[in-house]
Order: sequence, then C-alpha cells, then structure tokens
Amino acid sequence: MTFFKRYARNYGALIGLAILLVVVVLAFAAPLIFPVSPWQSVGDPLLAPSEDPAFPFGTDMLGRDIAAGLAYGARVSLLIGVISTSVAVVIGVSIGALAGFYGGKVDDLLMRFTEFFQTIPAFAMAVVLVAIFSPTIVSITLAIAVVSWPPVARLVRGEFLSLRSREFVQAAIVIGQSGPRIMFTQILPNAISPIIVTASLMVATAILTESSLSFLGLGDRNMMSWGFMIGAARTMLREAWWMSVFPGVAILLTVLAINLIGEGLNDAMNPHLRGRKG
Amino acid sequence: MKRRVRLLAAAAGLLCASMMGTAYAQEVPAKGGTLNMIAQPEPPVLMVGLNTQGPTLYVAGQIYQSLLTYGTDLKPLPSLAKSWTVSSDGLIYTFTLQDNVKWHDGKPFSADDVVFTADKFLRESHPRWRLIATTYVDSITAPAPNQVVFKLKKPFSAFLNAFELSSFPIIPKHLYEGTDYRTNPANQTPIGTGPFKLKEWKRGSYIHLVRNEDYWKPGKPYLDELYFRIIPDSASRAVAFEKGTVDVLRGGDVEGFEVRRLIKLPDVENTTSGWEYYAPLVFMQMNQRSMPFSDKRVRQAIMHAIDRDFIVRNVFFGQGKVATGPIASTTLYYTPDVPAYPFDLPKAKKILADAGIKPSEYNIRLMPLPYGAAWDRMSEYVKQQIEQLGFKVVIQGVDAGGWSQKLADFDFDLTFNFTYQYGDPALGVARHYLSTNVIKGTPYGNNQNYVNPKVDELFALAAGAVSNDVAAKAYSEAQKIIVDEVALGWLYEMQNVTINRKKVKNLVRTGIGLNETMDEVWISK
Repeated sequence: MTFFKRYARNYGALIGLAILLVVVVLAFAAPLIFPVSPWQSVGDPLLAPSEDPAFPFGTDMLGRDIAAGLAYGARVSLLIGVISTSVAVVIGVSIGALAGFYGGKVDDLLMRFTEFFQTIPAFAMAVVLVAIFSPTIVSITLAIAVVSWPPVARLVRGEFLSLRSREFVQAAIVIGQSGPRIMFTQILPNAISPIIVTASLMVATAILTESSLSFLGLGDRNMMSWGFMIGAARTMLREAWWMSVFPGVAILLTVLAINLIGEGLNDAMNPHLRGRKG
Repeated sequence: MKRRVRLLAAAAGLLCASMMGTAYAQEVPAKGGTLNMIAQPEPPVLMVGLNTQGPTLYVAGQIYQSLLTYGTDLKPLPSLAKSWTVSSDGLIYTFTLQDNVKWHDGKPFSADDVVFTADKFLRESHPRWRLIATTYVDSITAPAPNQVVFKLKKPFSAFLNAFELSSFPIIPKHLYEGTDYRTNPANQTPIGTGPFKLKEWKRGSYIHLVRNEDYWKPGKPYLDELYFRIIPDSASRAVAFEKGTVDVLRGGDVEGFEVRRLIKLPDVENTTSGWEYYAPLVFMQMNQRSMPFSDKRVRQAIMHAIDRDFIVRNVFFGQGKVATGPIASTTLYYTPDVPAYPFDLPKAKKILADAGIKPSEYNIRLMPLPYGAAWDRMSEYVKQQIEQLGFKVVIQGVDAGGWSQKLADFDFDLTFNFTYQYGDPALGVARHYLSTNVIKGTPYGNNQNYVNPKVDELFALAAGAVSNDVAAKAYSEAQKIIVDEVALGWLYEMQNVTINRKKVKNLVRTGIGLNETMDEVWISK
C-alpha cells in the first residue's frame, strides 16, 4: 500500500489537506487577487459583509477590505508557522540526538539545559522575548522557535536512547562507522516519523502563538495578521462582528486542518496502526 | 393600583404643565444623594500638587481648590479667591480670599497657605508653575490674613489664567512645611478645602468621598457622597453606565463608538462643553533635524496628503474638530485667518515634484502614540496616506515609557502628540514653538526642533504685552507664520463628550468641566 493511500484512509486528514491547500493557494495568490495593500482604505468604513458586492467580507473601521486582510494574514501565519517550526526542529533534533546518542554527562548537561526552558511557561517567555527585541517578523519567528524546541529535543532523545541499543546500531559501531554518521544514516531515518508528526502539530501551535502575540499588540505592526485583525476589532464586537469573526474562523480552520493532517500522518507512518481503519 | 398610577401621572402632568411657564432652571435643588462616577485609570495618588494626571484631577478637584476657576469663555471666576485686582502696569496682582474657609482637619485656611503653596511647594514640585515663578514672579507676600499679593518682574499677559486647579492647587502649609513633599504621609490622606472629604480608598475598587459639613459655602454641597468606581475594562464601563451603576461618563471613559450608542439612551444627556480651558489639540510631530522633514515643502505636502476630516469621522467617531493651526478655536487669541491645507493628494505630489524631492529615497519611522486602539488606527491611516506620496514608512511600536523616552531624546522621525492649552497661548501653546524650548528630557517641548527667531520674538512680545490688542496682533502674526511653515502637523481638536443621566443637574458649569468643584451639583429625586 502506498503512503498516500494509507494517509487517505483517514477522511479527516483528507479534509485537512484540502483546507490547508486552499489557505496555501490564497497566501501565494494574495498579491494577484488583492493588488492593493491590505492596509489601504478601499471602501466606506464598517461595511457589513455583502452590503457592497465588492467586499463580500465587509470592511473595517478604516474602510480596509477584510478579505484582503485574510489573504495577506494567511501569508504571515504560514510563514511564521513553517519557519519557526523548522528552526525549532533543527535545534530540538540536534540537542536531542546528541543527548540520546552519547548519554552520560553530555545527556545530563543537555537535558538540564532543556528543562531550564521547559520550566518557563512557553507563551509568557515568547511575550518577554518579543517585548525585549521589539516586535518584528524575525523576532517573533525566533521567539516562537525558542519556546517550542524542548518537546522535540525530549522526543528525539527518547527515540535515540531506545534505538541506540538495537542490533543494527551496534553492528554499525562494530564496523567502525563514526558517531555522526551513525546518527544521521542509521538512527535518524528510523526516528523520523514521530518527528514529522510532532512538527506538523507544532506548526499549528506556532500559528496560534503568533495570533495571540498579535492580539496582545506584540505583532509586527507592518504585517497584516489574523491575530492583529482580531485584536484591533475586539472592542467593536457588538457593532461590527465580521471584523473579528472572519479572522477567527480563518485561524480555527487552519489550525484544525493542520491538526487533522498531523493525525493522518501519524496513522500513515505508524506501522502499529496499519490496518486500524481497515 | 394601575388606576392610581395613572391618576398620579395625570397629576404630575398637570403640575408640569403649570410649571412650564416659569423657567425650568427654577427647579429647587434637592439635598442629599450619591453620585457615582468612574476614575479611569485609577489615580496613583490624590495629592494634586504632586500629580496632575486626568483621573487625579477628576477626584482631587472635589478635595482641593485653587484661587480661581474659569468659565467656558475662559474668563476667571472666583474660587478660593473672592476678588482680585491687577495694577495698571500689569505688575501687581492682589487676591482677596474667601472668609471662614477651613481645611478638612479643622485648621483655618489663610493667606499663609497660599504663599507657602506658591513660593515653596509648587515652585519645587510643579514644572509649569516653576517656570512662571522663576521667569516672571518677583515676590509673593501676605499683607493681611485674607490677602495675597504677587509682584511681577515684568508683565505677563497670561498670568491671571494660571490659577486653575491643575496649575495652582492650594496646599495646607501646616501639613507640608519643612517636610519632604513626596514622602509626606499626608499624601495618603489628602486634606483640602473642597466640598468633599476622602472617606475611604479601596484600591482597585472605589474611592469614596463624603460631604464636608464645614464647607465655606453655606448650605453646600448638595450631595452627600461621591463614589469614583475603578473599572479597568472599557466595555465594562459602558455596561456600568447602561445599567445605572454609574451616572456620569467622562471623556475617554468609553470608546468613541460606544459614545455614539450611549448618548441615544433615554434619560441621558451629553455635552462637549467643559474642556475649553484644556482644549486638547492633537498633532503630528515631524523631526526637522534631517531630511525629509527639514524641508517645509515636505511638511506642507504631508498636510495635503492627510484627510483630517476622515480621521475625525472614522478614527475618533466624530469626537473632534479639524484643527486649523497651533491654537485651538476655544483658546484666547485664536485666529482662523491662516493658510489652509485641504485634503488634496495631487497637489501634495505636485509640491514634492516641484521641490525636486524623491520620496522613495526616504525611510520614515512612524512611532504611534501608545494610548489605545484609536491611536493605532490613526498611525495606520497616516502611514497609508504618506506611502501614497511614495515615502517608505515603517511603524515602530513602543510602550508609553518608550514613547516618552524616544521623543524626549529626539530619537524619532514622525510621531503623534497632543497638548493642553491652559486657556492662553503663553501657557500651553508657545512651549512647542519657542527655539529656547528645544530641550531634551520632556516630550512636551519643542521636540521637533522648529526654529524661527521671528516667531520667538512675536511670542515674547505677546506674553509681555499689557494690552490685549498688542497680544492679539502678535499672536495672529505668529499663527500665520507657524501654519505656513507647518511647524507641527495639526490634526484635530479633541471634543471629549461628557455623558450623564438627566437626573444629575449642574454637572458641567465651567471651562474645566468635571474637574470643577461639585458643590453646585445635585440629583433630582
């Protein structure tokens, strides 16, 4: 059975993939569909959805198109989600692999370092980091990466610890392969499935964290993001619900889609679950 | 039961009808009752000599008093001073004080308290008074227990406008003389001469004031109790007013769009009066130390690129009036006869093109005023308008401390600010344009580095004028020059709306509005 067929047996995962595809297309096509900046006033302020056919999602208090905001917000959300997760995975895998493979003092040192980060509440630390380094897209991405790598490190360490004592690894040691080579060519490929599943869920968390930061006014003030849209519209919920509801739905759908995909990947990659849905 | 109600209503109707002929104002003030208000945000301290922020003044205005107060036309009115005279050379100001005034702790109030306040306390702790005192005042004496005399070194046309609560609150000498003012324990138990005394301050919950039985105006105040509730969330404040938990909303207590909704409620009235003395004026501050803003044509182009009417209507929901220049239209010596800057993008682009300026060569850092959502939206709007001229604009978000720090250190390109005018250009306006006031350390000086010796000269001439005509002429000329050179980018005059239940009478009576002593306020039953 091919990988995709196994994945497709989970209908939820298929729906998730479809939603995410729409979001990705929207993000890439945003400048084509909405050539004017999302910050630009284009219509009358506070038009309700479909009040003017040109603005199916309505306009905000400055007459900016909500639909354009949603499309450009998708770019920011996906960009931050993917990049911060990649950075976090690189850090987490490196630290976890070293700790799990070498064990002993190295393990102790690296795990105490990891625990140091784990004891601080992730969101609070992200807020502090962004506040210190002033909110730009780079500082936000890095702050999210810095707070989200520890679980990856612990996961990878666990995988490495158990795989290290397997016979194929011991065989590799006996024939004289170097440590890094064993880690990259023998152990890592066998530990990749849980990493991918965790990473996919981390993208969703990163998007939520970015939205929360923007909601609190700690977003990049030059980028239109979903969290910013909700934060700016929150006080007017009673007068203009569409300003906060649509970006909220966008966050919900995107995060849901990524979670469904993660679930599907887990099913498809986990040999123990093969045939679960059969 | 129902019938009786109807009968009563009919009787009341008849009564009303019979009273229609006589003036409505003849309604007899009722004694007693509790007035509920909101202190937003919670004041750090109620000692008004040390802190003159908005909420402090609002509460402390009921406890402390000044020598004078000002009508909506900015004419001085008696407060602790019963009457006053000015010598014909404009150098000697004599105030006669009210009789039988007592401090809340029972000690008598006298001219010694005023001399102590002016010469010691405020000179040390109040930047605005210190400036006036060191520049203009020669001596302050008390020739009689109810008389204070200020002798000036040179005439100062705005002097009589400098005795309002936030500028000159009278402090009890017997509690503060010889102490460290900032750490004096009396700061926690404010003692004033006002109609209400502090009973209890439950931090985070409410400030409770009660009637001063020994108040110097016989039979006043009418009210028994005042509560200033602390409600940190803006939406909850609106709900508290709707539910009747509070009877009064001060300008800024709720957001602009809520104001539009709340003033339509039955039994509610509103006014924009009561801010004439402060007349807050909002402007853009463009740092003229370097290009592009060092060129006056760029500043003119930017004025043409911004639809200030749009800002008033859509960012501040109509609670303002487009400003024409440095002096608010309610302040003395205002003139509308200045160059106008209507919204006209093509003209703005033409000014830049004629000047040979390439906007794309400039990166402008825009620092929003960190006072909430409406101010953020204004920054976004201004950014988008300036970008249409071709400039690159980056919004640089800061917190309140960062804003004031960067502005005070001149580390900014473009920001927003607003200023209280204090009734006279010499008190609240000139400070932003005098080249002598380009000083680091405060966000409320000439931080944009506007320098024009002619303007300095005109302001000095007006401030030292003994006759009003001379001052008016000099101020008119100064306004024309300043507006032509766009020393600041004036946006609008704030029109703060006071909302109250109709049963609260006599609430806003003077040009200082809700900071005014509420000894005439009463609640109809």
